[in-house]
Amino acid sequence: MRSSRRREGISKLTGQERYVDDLTVEGCWWGMTARSPVARGRIREIRFGRGVDWSEFVVVDHRDIPGANQVRLIELDQPVLASDRVRHVHEPVVLVAHRSRQMCRRAIREIEIVVDPEPAVLDYRIKPTPEQIQYGPDNVFKHLRIEKGDVDRALASAAHVIEGVYETGAQEHVYLEPQGMIAGEEDGVLVVRGSMQCPYYVLNALMHALGRDESHVRVVQTPTGGGFGGKEDFPSNLAVHAALLALKSGRPIKMIYDRSEDMGSTTKRHPSLVRHRSGVDSQGRLVAQDIEMTIDGGAYVTLSPVVLSRGIIHAAGPYACENVRIVGRAVLSNSVPFGAFRGFGAPQSQFANERHMDRIARTIGMDPAELRRRNLIRDGQTTSTGQVISDGTDRVEVLERALCRSGYAQKKEECVSFNAAHPYLRRGVGLAAFYHGSGFTGSGEVYLSSCVDVAGLEDGRIEIRTANTEIGQGTLTIFATIAAERLGLDESQIVIAEPDTARVPNSGPTVASRTAMVVGRLIERACDDLRRTLGLSEADTGQRLRDAIMKWWAEHPDTEPVGHARYESPPGVLWDDQTYRGDAYAAFAWATHVAEVEVDLRTFATRVVGFWAVQEVGRVINQTLARGQIQGGVVQAIGWALMEDCVWDDGAMANAQLTNYIIPTACDVPSIDVEFLENPYPHGAMGAKGIGELPMDGPAPAIVNAVVDALGVEASAIPLTPERLMELVTHG
Amino acid sequence: MDECGLVTIELTLNGGCVRLEVDPGERLLDTLRDRLGLKGTKEGCGEGECGACTVLMDGVPVNSCLVPIVQARGKRIETIESVDRAQLSALLDSGATQCGACTPGVVMSAAWVMQHPELLHTHGLRELMAGNLCRCTGYDGIIGGLAAAIEAGLARKSEGEG
Ligand code: FES
Ligand code: FES
Repeated sequence: MRSSRRREGISKLTGQERYVDDLTVEGCWWGMTARSPVARGRIREIRFGRGVDWSEFVVVDHRDIPGANQVRLIELDQPVLASDRVRHVHEPVVLVAHRSRQMCRRAIREIEIVVDPEPAVLDYRIKPTPEQIQYGPDNVFKHLRIEKGDVDRALASAAHVIEGVYETGAQEHVYLEPQGMIAGEEDGVLVVRGSMQCPYYVLNALMHALGRDESHVRVVQTPTGGGFGGKEDFPSNLAVHAALLALKSGRPIKMIYDRSEDMGSTTKRHPSLVRHRSGVDSQGRLVAQDIEMTIDGGAYVTLSPVVLSRGIIHAAGPYACENVRIVGRAVLSNSVPFGAFRGFGAPQSQFANERHMDRIARTIGMDPAELRRRNLIRDGQTTSTGQVISDGTDRVEVLERALCRSGYAQKKEECVSFNAAHPYLRRGVGLAAFYHGSGFTGSGEVYLSSCVDVAGLEDGRIEIRTANTEIGQGTLTIFATIAAERLGLDESQIVIAEPDTARVPNSGPTVASRTAMVVGRLIERACDDLRRTLGLSEADTGQRLRDAIMKWWAEHPDTEPVGHARYESPPGVLWDDQTYRGDAYAAFAWATHVAEVEVDLRTFATRVVGFWAVQEVGRVINQTLARGQIQGGVVQAIGWALMEDCVWDDGAMANAQLTNYIIPTACDVPSIDVEFLENPYPHGAMGAKGIGELPMDGPAPAIVNAVVDALGVEASAIPLTPERLMELVTHG
Repeated sequence: MDECGLVTIELTLNGGCVRLEVDPGERLLDTLRDRLGLKGTKEGCGEGECGACTVLMDGVPVNSCLVPIVQARGKRIETIESVDRAQLSALLDSGATQCGACTPGVVMSAAWVMQHPELLHTHGLRELMAGNLCRCTGYDGIIGGLAAAIEAGLARKSEGEG
């Protein structure tokens, strides 16, 4: 189908889009944060130096919090501002505000937070000592388990048992627009505007910490310069901080993080350690998968339990195996809390699984593609949670398309002769087959119970009201296309309401690859409901709809016609949260990615020289946007695989700058070849499934598999930086 | 800042003359955004790494976060506000912008490349655009759009000549 142009595209290309830092507010002061210098300890004293005149400043600490000193999320363990103890370096303790940003910076330097250190956990992989326990009996935030069949028996009788240990590092989001918020009281209502993915998360956090009800708090999303999960949970913290300063000072407050504060103090992707023990039969079929996944949660619970959940559900990969045991743990460490990041645990667990599949292939002497071909789930077979897959997608076809597009078999041969001839360059080809569940896990969508409104405006146009945000992925464009298609209107007749909690219903967060599929579907249903309200039938579209809206307004000048929709689970989707059995996701997107790499043995630098991404994501609503999601995700994953290295010092990021935390430039990556196979999903808007996170899952293992193919060393940890690769090649 | 530390600076901004009394160390980025209200230029890092703050100084792209305003004295500065919309359709159609935070910088670097097609004899497009980090697009949308824009520009030129 035709791809609509990005709605706000010209405004972005001409620099007219107004982000939070671009807004000027009358009488606004700047806010800034003083933070813990220590990974763990008891706050003894806070000293305010003489270098500034404190009477010019507004200062806030935990005693100024009118409601609970808790950031409202899954648990309530994270304080808004530390009171007596700190649990990570950069934990916020005191806030200051002043007219001048420069003066704020000076004031922060004058604040000394004196902490008596306590034993900190600086390596999540090591069992904590009793003095290091800070959560429950063992510092474990969450234990989860998936059981299918009899793993021990299957392992005992398997033809081969193959083991492996895999590790992934933290990853910083590097959305190009740093975190920012403006808060101020307007007629007794505390209004917060800022960069965020989830206005209702922010609203709930404000209500909880400020002790206000919904009618006294309002949250408005400003155009957001990238999120990737980094603006899922963290904006709640910053919004509460800005609000506290605004309430105490009686003025609007703007807080904009600079890059190093943003990188140093906000969430990142969870580091992971995954162990695999697999049994295969003599034909290369998986008979047992025994998997243990540990993720580093950081200092507070935040989203770790749900990241772990998605991680373990994806840990066994898109393969049919009758005996599976997956044990997951999210554990505490005294570093900045790890949070949501595109893929949400699935990239970590599938990195391990797809590396492990290659290890199995090497061990039993089978081509990696053939091993996957034999094991990919066929319709009628089940995933690790016992979910029967029967969506009609031919997953082997997805694999074959990727092999064919990339010229996999021929490339493999060419690499062998190239490597034999070249003095110091080595080439290799690798692949990964993977999947990603769309929408919230398990009963999450039912629990969210999202709502969408679609209204007929007085001028005959249609307004879509959701809390879902445009963060670059194309929400505005996709929503307009969905409504226009449903109602037979031109997209210029569709208005998308600003995500403002005073105006839009809670359609759930903009996360989990759910916006097009789940919220888009709600828009379709709300469009149908609007037609019902207007007394029209489903066949009534275009001009007849416009006429009906105008007529409605003529007859009911005081009430607008609105269609509503609330989430309903597709029929037959059942999940048991206690046993982790059942339908983990209403739909999965499927993919195979192929990478070709070149390693320079003089520098040990790895370059990705070719990349092919084939995926089945349901119906593609907009080719340009969908391709952009895949290409952007792949490149972000190339960074994670090869160069993005968070260096830790006392639980704090030592390289919290773009100078030494390296993300890919245009020069570091090849053009990403993309192909979609389309199998419309009946319960997604226009047949769409989720797409945003999928491309984060496969590239890292495909790339590392290619490096292993090139060099024959068993690389199993990322980022596979030149230093790490040199170590592997020279010391094994 | 104490009054006597200020200097008078004149420069040409988007074709017009501007005269300012400023602290000579002020970043050109802040002069543009805070003093002159040109909010199109963005700050992504403040340390010369991301290119979101790219403007043209005497026709050459610079990171305005690294340019003290005194260095702009007497110079010709062009910002995103000066760019002609009509030139942007290739970038729009190719998906060169997603979140938009890198975009003004990307467009300024692209404008420079388009004004100097001879650069392509010695450099690749990816190399020329490597000073602008983009976390969203994976760069294909940017590089593809720029290639299409250059082609359209050349076609227009040869039409004009022919
Ligand atoms: S803000 Fe100037 S280079 Fe990043
Ligand atoms: S479009 Fe988001 S950083 Fe480039």
